[in-house]
Amino acid sequence: METVKLTIDNKEIEVPKGMTIHKAARKIGIEIPVLCYMELHDMQIENKPAGCRICVVEVQGRRNLAPSCATKCEEGMVVKTHTTRVLNARRTVMEFILSDHPKDCLICPKSGNCELQSMAQQLGIREIPGQEIAAMSTYRKDTSPSIIRDLDKCIMCRRCEMMCNEVQTVGALSAVNRGFMAAVAPAFEQNLEHSTCTYCGQCVAVCPTGALTEVNHTPEVLRALADPSKTVIVQTAPAVRAALGEEFGMEPGTLVTGKMVAALRALGFDYVFDTDFAADLTIMEEGTELLDRLTRHLNGDTTAKLPILTSCCPGWVNFFEEYFPDLKDVPSTAKSPQQMFGAIAKTYFADKIKVDRKDLVVVSIMPCLAKKYECQREEFSTDGNRDVDFSISTRELAAFIKQANLDLNNLADDEFDSPLGESTGAGVIFGATGGVIEAACRTAYEIYTGKKLERLEFNELRGLDGVREATIDFNGLPLKIGIANGLGNARKLLEEVRSGKSQFHAIEVMACPGGCIGGGGQPLHHGNSDIIKARAAAIYREDNSKPLRKSHENPFIIKLYEEFLGKPNSEKAHHLLHTHYFYNKKKVVVKQ
Amino acid sequence: MSSIKIELRPEDVAKIKEICASFNNDPQELINVLHKCQEHFGYLPAEVQEVVSGELKVPVAKIYGVVTFYSFFTMTPKGKHPISICMGTACYVRGAEKVLDEFKKELGLQVGQTTGDGKFSLSSLRCVGACGLAPVVLVGDKTYGRVAPDDVKNILKEYE
Repeated sequence: METVKLTIDNKEIEVPKGMTIHKAARKIGIEIPVLCYMELHDMQIENKPAGCRICVVEVQGRRNLAPSCATKCEEGMVVKTHTTRVLNARRTVMEFILSDHPKDCLICPKSGNCELQSMAQQLGIREIPGQEIAAMSTYRKDTSPSIIRDLDKCIMCRRCEMMCNEVQTVGALSAVNRGFMAAVAPAFEQNLEHSTCTYCGQCVAVCPTGALTEVNHTPEVLRALADPSKTVIVQTAPAVRAALGEEFGMEPGTLVTGKMVAALRALGFDYVFDTDFAADLTIMEEGTELLDRLTRHLNGDTTAKLPILTSCCPGWVNFFEEYFPDLKDVPSTAKSPQQMFGAIAKTYFADKIKVDRKDLVVVSIMPCLAKKYECQREEFSTDGNRDVDFSISTRELAAFIKQANLDLNNLADDEFDSPLGESTGAGVIFGATGGVIEAACRTAYEIYTGKKLERLEFNELRGLDGVREATIDFNGLPLKIGIANGLGNARKLLEEVRSGKSQFHAIEVMACPGGCIGGGGQPLHHGNSDIIKARAAAIYREDNSKPLRKSHENPFIIKLYEEFLGKPNSEKAHHLLHTHYFYNKKKVVVKQ
Repeated sequence: MSSIKIELRPEDVAKIKEICASFNNDPQELINVLHKCQEHFGYLPAEVQEVVSGELKVPVAKIYGVVTFYSFFTMTPKGKHPISICMGTACYVRGAEKVLDEFKKELGLQVGQTTGDGKFSLSSLRCVGACGLAPVVLVGDKTYGRVAPDDVKNILKEYE
């Protein structure tokens, strides 16, 4: 490998040719401040538009300052990263950025977790030229079911654009206009609702400021909790327990299942349940559907389509509805765990506790922003009453807990309520990429072969690579499995399906890189993939610690079928637990 | 950015597809494709951008980004009689701005806009190479020289 030698802050260093000054400096422990720059290590994607100019450094012999994130090291280069000229330039740049940035930090949803705010502090900015302008944001409100855009707060770092286009290949957002009018927006500056947006929330996850945030549904939840005529139940998605602790200063990867349950009880929920229960139920339905299609296919039935695609992820559902409407009969018809939970809660459980569904409020805690949209879909309500009334993100829950003056650190572990809080390890691993298909294999294997599974961990299905494939031996039948996380990777597998080249029997797709643990509603990881890895490890730890780890062995699932549903894929199960997909071409609504 | 909602006729769609195909549907050729489309339609309405998006497999948001970045591209149709006022140095120092203001007042338009009846559109440009006639106004292909604000009403009358 060709290398170059250079000097950074009087330290000599040899680096591979083509490396940027910013990265070279990091190698010798010098962190040059950056704002627009972001690196997603595992995806080998870098956002370096060199737009903000915070990372400028002085290069000997060069007339102007160089943006270190985008300037390559050269032989003999002499770089200084914190001269008076550099520090003054950084402050000036920051003052320019702040000059037309709204000054409403006191009430901004990103306050305290805003990279722009932190950078202003780091650079010691105490006055802003043009204070009088942009006191408050005046951007026209673009509120979609999941995401709020406030483009007065956009600093044109273009991270969201990179996420939306390069990583997710959704193409909803692009930089538009010039100068002061420049912003990142959907086509024709329409609202997100009329764009190709899937509400995956990855733009929100990387936005350094308050320009992109989630719609906050905690006020509605609080109102329901305060209403004595309502019975309020909550379900928590698997990925939440592996990340919530981060918002309370705990190490990434700390499992807070018990403390989370305690916090929810303290907040006043009447029943604290687990989406993992519904994940087990999903496996029963989706696994049965897989085996049915597989058996028919093997018996030569050409109407049995393979591969079967998972359908737990609402961002993914939105994606294939938008881009692959011709393949909408390929994914499983099983609803997502969130919606299965809602459907069972408002029928089976409502009957059990003798509460009318109108007086039963179902809240979900999700690592996801697309779940907000999903629970608002018309087909998931009965007579205008939603199966899941409100979905709030991990971040919103953390804020809610803090609002209630609770400290997660000091709460004693508590247990989920029965019956909708009982789950197996198979339900837990839904939170990580590969988990759904692993859970499905544990059940499908035993049902298909009639044999007991010797080894529960399908390590070949685990990992964080964007596209993975594995062959699982189903007693002589090699079951070919594909896994994609991130919508860009899903697109690759879908295109193979469309062209008839796909060799897989089953494909799992999660819209977010890493799966739900990397969801758009999780604590912000600022591009650090070590945090995602730690969360994945926590999920598998919880699976390991469970006495039951196969969905079909969950005694409460067995009981649910006996008492209520009959058997998997029964008519009743179809009515309550399955759905169908739509191609909603979002019409252009120009003229605003 | 506003645009007028239009219905593309099948031959319009065919024309856009033909233009895209002449550049091998190469996304790298987006700007050239947009140039040709604007040459044909006179402007780039949202519907045209959507067809281009489908052909070149470029998200329509990106195309809109390019259209709004380059001032040459426009999403507003030109009027039947496009009016251009030269704001080059010679015309400017001889009062082109006052002439422009008069047009704005008479037509109730800003630069870049078109009248509701589609008759007139207003734009400014830099130097048409007729500095001896400054200030210069173009209406369609016709050139008017040494235009004073008082002449504006009479010029517009010619096109009524």
